[in-house]
Amino acid sequence: MSNPQQLRYSKEHEWLSPATDGVATVGITAHAADALGDVVYVELPAVGAAVTAGETCGELESTKSVSDLYSPVTGEITEVNQDVVDDPALVNSAPFEGGWLFKVRLDSEPADLLSADEYTAFTAG
Amino acid sequence: MTVPPSAPDTSDTPAAPRTTALDATHRALGAAMTDFAGWEMPLRYGSEREEHRAVREAAGLFDLSHMGEITVTGPAAGELLDFALVGHLSAVRTGRARYTMICDADGGIMDDLIVYRLAEQEYVVVANASNAQAVLDALRERQAGFDAEVRDDRDAYALLAVQGPAAAGILARVTDADLDGLKYYAGLPGTVAGVEALIARTGYTGEDGFELFVAPGDAAALWTALTAAGAADGLVPCGLSCRDTLRLEAGMPLYGHELTRDTTPFDAGLGRVVKFEKPGDFVGRTALEAAARRAEESAPRVLVGLVAEGRRVPRAGYRVVSADGATIGTVTSGAPSPTLGRPIAMAFVDGAFAAPATAEESGVGVDIRGARESHQVVALPFYKRAR
Repeated sequence: MSNPQQLRYSKEHEWLSPATDGVATVGITAHAADALGDVVYVELPAVGAAVTAGETCGELESTKSVSDLYSPVTGEITEVNQDVVDDPALVNSAPFEGGWLFKVRLDSEPADLLSADEYTAFTAG
Repeated sequence: MTVPPSAPDTSDTPAAPRTTALDATHRALGAAMTDFAGWEMPLRYGSEREEHRAVREAAGLFDLSHMGEITVTGPAAGELLDFALVGHLSAVRTGRARYTMICDADGGIMDDLIVYRLAEQEYVVVANASNAQAVLDALRERQAGFDAEVRDDRDAYALLAVQGPAAAGILARVTDADLDGLKYYAGLPGTVAGVEALIARTGYTGEDGFELFVAPGDAAALWTALTAAGAADGLVPCGLSCRDTLRLEAGMPLYGHELTRDTTPFDAGLGRVVKFEKPGDFVGRTALEAAARRAEESAPRVLVGLVAEGRRVPRAGYRVVSADGATIGTVTSGAPSPTLGRPIAMAFVDGAFAAPATAEESGVGVDIRGARESHQVVALPFYKRAR
């Protein structure tokens, strides 16, 4: 699955949508979902929680392992995806769409996120 | 999040991982590969949960060519195995198989094995990939004084498995062998899809199924024939990931998890594989007799099943804790169970906490990365097929 051009990416394999009214959507990439295998449980930050770029804010359980979820940005959680909590398989089937994880009101613009092409190169290495 | 590298890191290993005779087949199917005990093996082809379900409801096709085969032949082949292993292999009839173990002199488990008796004077010992060299070395060491030969046949066989309720029907389409007459833990030579094979009714999934030992050069053709024969029944290729959740649900131990060099068969709840009544001495007898007495007097720890109340997964190495937070055991294997729809685990716990009980009754929990999660204690296995 190719990485959508309009998104930006962290080296921890999260994606970030363009902000609308200061709020951006976060998920994990198809590359990450493929590496995890079937995701069976996601633990997400609470609405209203403060998250910090590069710090853990949740976890993803798959058959083989548990992985920390990092926030790619600093801000406040405004919404979590209840559909993905109820059906974690959405992370595998639609990582860039229905499998989004949370929305965050941005405190500041992160400087070090990758473009789609840069992230594709990063994961090919 | 952190993700595992897409290819195994081989920089620290002296040799590149070995590949099986089906490597090109796996890659053509788009398998995610993993380094397992020095072998590059398919982890999954698509969704491991779908592969798991296929084995429970229809059938799955596995490449298990990493398993290590050792042939023991000669007039004293049975006596050698009686001495070297904990089972009574000379009493096994030709065409039958036994689940057994090889222990060191202290009674510690070196590996768990399946031994097939192919003829009066011929056995095949099947060891785990990670232990095959140690088992081979031990058999050669223990061979002294017996009129028997130990042959390294690891490269002589590829091993395919067809597992699941539809396995017998699928196999029957490509063989004239008498599958109805082939009982669980039996094996016979035969022809499958034109290929010479040892056909064994064994497996590691908790389902009916077969394991087919063939020449490596025949493996790809057999895989293709089985895939075609099983397509209408929903047979799918299956990787090691679902093999692990299938065996866990079936309560089957895995070496390195439930079985280790520091564990005797009695500690693992598998004392029944040790046959003290067999004639002659065997390696580990004295230590194992002591272990058997210990287990009878006061089992220090018991292997139990745990079923999580919540959705976080107890993983190998996590602490099992009592209501007051004291450590009462250790998880040896854990995974989200596709069949139960909840996380499950096998764990060694103090005898006082081993009886089946709800989480409320027992207060048993698992420390999952700092948070105590309630678990029900159950008798193994978690899953038993309807016969």
